Amino acid sequence: MTALDAETPIVLAPRRRRRRGRRPIWQSILRHAALLALCVIMLYPLIWLVVSSLKPNADIFRDLSIFPSHLTLENYMKGWTAQEFPFGQFLLNSAVVAVGAIIGNLVSCSLAAYAFARLRFRGRSLFFAIMLGTIMLPFQVVLVPQFVIFKDLGWLNTFLPLIVPKFLATDAFFVFLMVQFIRALPDEIFEAARIDGAGHLRIYAGITLPLMTPALATTAIFTFIWTWADFFGPLIYLRSPNEFTASIALKGFVDAQSSSDYGSMFAMSVVSLVPLFIAFLIGQRYLVRGIATTGIK
Amino acid sequence: MSSLGELRSLTVSRRRSGARSPKPRARDNITGYLFLAPWLIGLVVFTIGPMVASLVLSFTHYDLLTPPRWAGFGNIVRMAQDERLWHSFGITVLYVVVSVPLQLILALALALVLDRGMRGLSFYRSVFYLPSLMGGSVAIAILWRQVFGKDGLVNGFLAVFGIDGPGWISHPDFALWTLVLLHVWTFGSPMVIFLAGLRQIPEMYHEAAAVDGAGKVRRFFSITFPLLTPIIFFNLVLQMIFAFQSFTQAYIVSGGTGGPSDSTLFYTLYLYQNAFTAPIDMGYASTMAWFLLLVIAGFTGINFWLSRYWVFYDD
Repeated sequence: MTALDAETPIVLAPRRRRRRGRRPIWQSILRHAALLALCVIMLYPLIWLVVSSLKPNADIFRDLSIFPSHLTLENYMKGWTAQEFPFGQFLLNSAVVAVGAIIGNLVSCSLAAYAFARLRFRGRSLFFAIMLGTIMLPFQVVLVPQFVIFKDLGWLNTFLPLIVPKFLATDAFFVFLMVQFIRALPDEIFEAARIDGAGHLRIYAGITLPLMTPALATTAIFTFIWTWADFFGPLIYLRSPNEFTASIALKGFVDAQSSSDYGSMFAMSVVSLVPLFIAFLIGQRYLVRGIATTGIK
Repeated sequence: MSSLGELRSLTVSRRRSGARSPKPRARDNITGYLFLAPWLIGLVVFTIGPMVASLVLSFTHYDLLTPPRWAGFGNIVRMAQDERLWHSFGITVLYVVVSVPLQLILALALALVLDRGMRGLSFYRSVFYLPSLMGGSVAIAILWRQVFGKDGLVNGFLAVFGIDGPGWISHPDFALWTLVLLHVWTFGSPMVIFLAGLRQIPEMYHEAAAVDGAGKVRRFFSITFPLLTPIIFFNLVLQMIFAFQSFTQAYIVSGGTGGPSDSTLFYTLYLYQNAFTAPIDMGYASTMAWFLLLVIAGFTGINFWLSRYWVFYDD
């Protein structure tokens, strides 16, 4: 488990137990009560969303409580087919984009990270500084020309503008995450491989990648969450309804709100949040570790 | 180390170690560039190229259908006189300078409370972190619209106390503040970063100070806070950069208009309207984008300048 440990000091250092046991019991009860109250406030809107999606449409704003008198799945059935295509199509589109982006990020970012962390070449520190700089670059500055490029390539109304850049390591944040991880791996592993005559390609594919699975998992989960929730990219590149991602399809409910079918809108909002929630449950420790090591959300 | 810290240490070590390491051999160079090739291509095709192109486009009128027409400083003059632009710039700055510090203060406060090795830490951490994962999604923006609507959850709560709340989302004086609240709601991710930072502070500092008779408050201001300032600073800089680019929430909450009365017309939303809704002027949008870059650079610069007075580096 050396690979895991390499990154752990930051997060899993032994928990401090200062003045253990000396704090009066009422004080810690008070503290927990306050924290739990905050938890309720934080989660209340989400709970309300889920409960409302299960209420009959007419009741949603008439009875705001989260203990409804009767529950129904009607909103889900209506919402699923409320638009030109069934909502499953939009979920599938989101999934296709997300998987493409994940593969792209894993391949391209790990290659670049290996170069930055393990190879010596002219201009490395300059490129590294540029790479860090691009994390902070507002994307609006490249927005218009990128759009024109994709338009000229005939890629509008396809998923390509949302996926192809990921294969060119444009998400510098993940390059940085992986560089941090590779740097923390013990040098001896790499030296031993060199002495055995392994080339860099073999060290990258055969040794580094397997050792950095935690960093790869972090990258995959973050990419999934960001791509799934992404709105701007799909908004400008996807115009025909059969290609809409779930985010754009949800926008359709807002646009058509004159119909005031809040139930369907809530139900499909819940549906689109479920994958995020699952990713959160599965990947929690990677997420926490990822933001702790890089310091970026 | 954070990416900002990394940037800083790059410049510091460059300055300190005058001696250069021996030159890499040609073969090493080739291997290096081969591994770096995807990133390098991406850098040129999707970052540097487009940056230059948008700088050039910012001096043109461009409607996508006909070739760009040279505008000289026309777009800059137009910007200077564009009242909607300055309005949207104003509310964006207001949003950034209010919501980012509020979010960070809450994140820091909770990290400090949770860092006492208390029972249930991971439970609380998960609950507080969840909103920041979902906060950027359309679904949450839709939820916000209803929570702060006239018949929404907030007014339902206020009604218990006999208060008849306004439609927060549809009221020009309040709409922006619902977005600020949404940002504060996502304090979980900086909180996790602060928690990690607190773990880095050697316990012996606290012990030594306690032996010398320093109380809780004193230890916070003399040990915890100074040692945490680089992380706070780093978060402040990055969160500000990201907050300037907020888009989705304002778009959904206002139905894409930036309303009511332009009160949620974030700069990026106005930029989007210029670039992608009729009448399309990608040239003007590029001018706006470059101005945004300069503003963000300016704010980051101010942050760095101010950091000399409050950020403590332990090196």
